[in-house]
Amino acid sequence: MTSPAAAPILPSKHLLGIDGLSPLDITALLDLADTYVVQGRATDKKTALLKGRTLINLFFEASTRTQSSFELAGKRLGADVMNMSVKTSSVSKGETLLDTASTLNAMRPDILVVRHQDAGAAELLSRKLDCSVVNAGDGAHEHPTQALLDALTIRRHRGSFEGLVVAICGDVLHSRVARSNLRLLSMMGARVRLVAPRTLLPCDADRFGVEIYTDMKQGLDGADIVMMLRLQLERMTGAFVPSAREYFRFYGLDREKLSYAKPGALVMHPGPMNRGVEIASDIADDVLVSLISEQVEMGVALRMAILDALARGLS
Amino acid sequence: MITSHGARIAFKNARLVDPASGMDVKGGLLVENGRIADVGPRLFNDAEPRDPEVIDCRGLVLAPGLIDCRVFTGEPGAEHRESLESASAAAAVGGVTSMIVMPNTDPVIDEPSLVDFILRRAQATAKVRVLPCAALTKGLAGETMTEIGLLKEAGAIAFTDGDRSVANARVLRRALAYAATFEALVISHAEDPELVKGASATEGEFATRLGLPAAPALAEAMMVERDIRLVELTGARLHFGQISTRASLDVIAEAKERGLPVTCGVAAHHLTLNELDVGAYYTFRKVRPPLRSEADRAAMAEGVASGVIDVIVSSHEPQGADTKRQPYATAAAGTVGLETLLPAALSLVHDGRATLPHLLKTMTASPARIFGLPGGTLAKGAPADLILMDEEEPVVIDADKLHSRARNTAFDGRKFLGKVHGTFVGGQRVYESR
Repeated sequence: MTSPAAAPILPSKHLLGIDGLSPLDITALLDLADTYVVQGRATDKKTALLKGRTLINLFFEASTRTQSSFELAGKRLGADVMNMSVKTSSVSKGETLLDTASTLNAMRPDILVVRHQDAGAAELLSRKLDCSVVNAGDGAHEHPTQALLDALTIRRHRGSFEGLVVAICGDVLHSRVARSNLRLLSMMGARVRLVAPRTLLPCDADRFGVEIYTDMKQGLDGADIVMMLRLQLERMTGAFVPSAREYFRFYGLDREKLSYAKPGALVMHPGPMNRGVEIASDIADDVLVSLISEQVEMGVALRMAILDALARGLS
Repeated sequence: MITSHGARIAFKNARLVDPASGMDVKGGLLVENGRIADVGPRLFNDAEPRDPEVIDCRGLVLAPGLIDCRVFTGEPGAEHRESLESASAAAAVGGVTSMIVMPNTDPVIDEPSLVDFILRRAQATAKVRVLPCAALTKGLAGETMTEIGLLKEAGAIAFTDGDRSVANARVLRRALAYAATFEALVISHAEDPELVKGASATEGEFATRLGLPAAPALAEAMMVERDIRLVELTGARLHFGQISTRASLDVIAEAKERGLPVTCGVAAHHLTLNELDVGAYYTFRKVRPPLRSEADRAAMAEGVASGVIDVIVSSHEPQGADTKRQPYATAAAGTVGLETLLPAALSLVHDGRATLPHLLKTMTASPARIFGLPGGTLAKGAPADLILMDEEEPVVIDADKLHSRARNTAFDGRKFLGKVHGTFVGGQRVYESR
């Protein structure tokens, strides 16, 4: 018995990255997420779609918003949600991860959401586990649910992606958010720019079909969307950037630099923000330009859509 | 203090040598408001200049003032050795109208406020232009890059750890990539720090005879090669402050052929002295890198002649009797050089290795191009930074008569040809020989 709403959306039982999704998959996911935005704003936010299912959040890296977003998404769909926060141990990580995988497998979860500091960790788990695996961030590789929630936020404001100029600014080198976003946005027809000092640009970034800028004003010139990235504290003390004050002077988003973007340009940030480092407080808090809080709301709806889509493939 | 005043000065009967354009003709030059208002072979031919000040050059060479790209002073921190004021007095006598000063002071110039300090002190006390370099790494420690963007805004014209190499390739790679972001020039000192540790001479027969701790000459070319690879990776503009060996020259020549943005300099003493000049442990000829073999010295002259070496510098490095009157191995390295730069460099012209315009180019137009300075040329509109000199006049270098506070010259008693008769900065006379 197959109703149109229950047709499979994702091409695989896992969501490991934007790589592997087609524009049609993405559009279907965003359409589904739109319905969950409505559900999230209703008084009764809960359904029983995932009743009896077990969702495990396995986080090897600290996270507040992604983990709680998945937890809430699972609960609103009626699943049993368990959070496992694993501190990085000094033993060989590959071995630990596989041991953890077999332990978890024995608990018979239906969906495993994993964040790990190493690129490829979600991929490895997906090969060892019987359940669906959702990548909630692996090293500097991918963070597909962030890119999808960003896409949902953008689409609800701009209608489509075709021809939109999106400037992704800051620590692109270490950012899985940037990598997933540039894949998704390019695929959907947006023009993506990367804006960063050369120390924070990955090698051969120009091969991704994006435009590279090292001057922020030029990079923001005519942009529809300004997507700021977080600069980790340990990276602003001389290794990649000489100081926080110099970073803010040349790469922090303030009114002056934002004035180069298209009038009405919108500002996004995956959080958590460093105020006064990559973004000025008055912009972060300006409801007319900042989509930062809305991104969090869209995150829950988008993750409900992901869980829904994956559950359709579960036996 | 440099002030561009409205006075006009007319130079007549000059031999105009403009290395930027290759011009070498008899003619006149007119200075107005601190700039070159007119210049050429026919100027003042028809009518005598009626300006308040007319200088009859009597056939002497009138050329752009020299830009010395590598000057160490003791300000701040060791003003008893050399202050910006005393160094600038020596510069004026030597025909140097712009000094590019190294950040190796106490404190190290690694903060925007310290760049500002140098510029203010220079404005208040120096007779010639002072252009500060800022440190490439904080405290010259070779570990974390400085605020290149903010330092550049404050007025730093290049970034360097002066006489120190950045040993850590990862640090240098990121510093170069970051500098490239701001199109900033980086100056490298090429000496492998571990290989040269404790050494005071170049490894070879001479050092062995003297029993001096020595380092192989290749300690330089190794670092030049590494740095050039990193230039290729990062796209940064890199200038080697001074090279001293044929091996380095060959590596740089090859990099230039490949179109990499690399330039280099040589110190006047590496063009004119070799390791044998150390003689009986003569510490005033202890320099860094140490004096090299005659083959390497000759290669440096060849490099200047061929143009692979872009600039000749003094590497002016003041030391006192306290630091120089020591056993050779413990004595400090360095020689003063602002007053001897021109006569020492001119020996290439007198040896028939280079023409006068070509030689002068290495101290005028080339440094101006590398550092993006407006001077170094006799073109109309350029700052009136000028020297009047007799390139044939014999001089004997006398340490006791130097104008710098420090008198540790490697050239004491040396005879050269070439004397500066007048130096002008922004149209103002800052030196006149008697």
